[in-house]
Amino acid sequence: MSDFEPKIVAFCCYYCAYSAADLAGSMRLQYPHNIRLVELPCSGKADIRVILEAFERGADGVYVAGCLEGDCHFLKGNIMAKRRIKQAKKLLDEIGIGSERVEMFNLSGSMGPRFAEIAEEMTERIKKLGPSPLNPAYARKQEAADKEEAK
Amino acid sequence: MIVAQGKPIAEVAKMIEDANKILVVGCGGCVTVCLAGGEKEVGVLASALRMLRKKEDKPLETVEVTLSRQCDPEYMDQLEKYVADDIDCIVSMACGVGVQFVAERFDKWVVPALDTKFAGGALEHGVWGERCGLCGECVLHKTGGICPIIRCSKSILNGPCGGSQDGKCEINPDVDCAWQLIYDRMKSLGKLDKLLEIEPVKDWSKSRDGGPRKVVREDVMIK
Repeated sequence: MSDFEPKIVAFCCYYCAYSAADLAGSMRLQYPHNIRLVELPCSGKADIRVILEAFERGADGVYVAGCLEGDCHFLKGNIMAKRRIKQAKKLLDEIGIGSERVEMFNLSGSMGPRFAEIAEEMTERIKKLGPSPLNPAYARKQEAADKEEAK
Repeated sequence: MIVAQGKPIAEVAKMIEDANKILVVGCGGCVTVCLAGGEKEVGVLASALRMLRKKEDKPLETVEVTLSRQCDPEYMDQLEKYVADDIDCIVSMACGVGVQFVAERFDKWVVPALDTKFAGGALEHGVWGERCGLCGECVLHKTGGICPIIRCSKSILNGPCGGSQDGKCEINPDVDCAWQLIYDRMKSLGKLDKLLEIEPVKDWSKSRDGGPRKVVREDVMIK
């Protein structure tokens, strides 16, 4: 599946990751086109329901990017997000999608290069994992694997 | 409030494995407050079940509705329009009471999505503790507002027992000895002499020992 291009949704806090993405752009940094950004007022706003919705609609990976710990504009939003992602991982394991497909990252608004690095890191990880079981590409991959086996 | 906790998703999925369309019913009462079966949890469970089934190539259709309460017949009336013929199974996200009210009302296969734990309250955000044993005859006036029925592991009325060590219960060092709490509280209230009264054997027939209970108030009955 070397041609697999994952769809990754990044929920980004307005005060850090979203600005960092802006900075990465201004710095002309390259990062994979697989990332779809969703702006949030705070990483603490990343509700489990929107994370699940992303997966249900076929996302191969989701990550939440919030401020560095101790730097949250709303004091503890990123700490809460961290706990929620931990819970989301448990739920994704229960569903069988896999906890590795969701992650929490922390960065500041001035860390444009780190933003690009995170995008790279997550894309690599999801490429290794292959398509999500809910992605139509997964069924095609399984079919191909079955055919291979039959040979 | 009644405190409940969600069952593992796989367990609920097993209960509804034959269904193609389910109705997930939340409850706006206690289980919303203890974050186990409210509108949000209905959304999460329905989404998780849909994904689980889609993964197995057996798509599941879900209808989501959250009632103000599931333990009152008038709210069951509101549920009627959602219980269509093509609903194979109703998943109730209420406590055991709500599940039974739904099952009594509708001719459908009804399954519980929660494990009902106890009658208690929030100790802090995300932590709930048991406080009432629903024994049918309150004794809190005799024990300084601390329930010996449910907070003492042995439910003894003339405590503490020999298992009380350093203020903790012998069953678990994390559990406070209820009778130590009662003693300390009565001492601070200057009412230690009240503890000298020997409490007679409790009439457990007013609790579950008397079989299922019912409260009837003729003055507020309509029919």
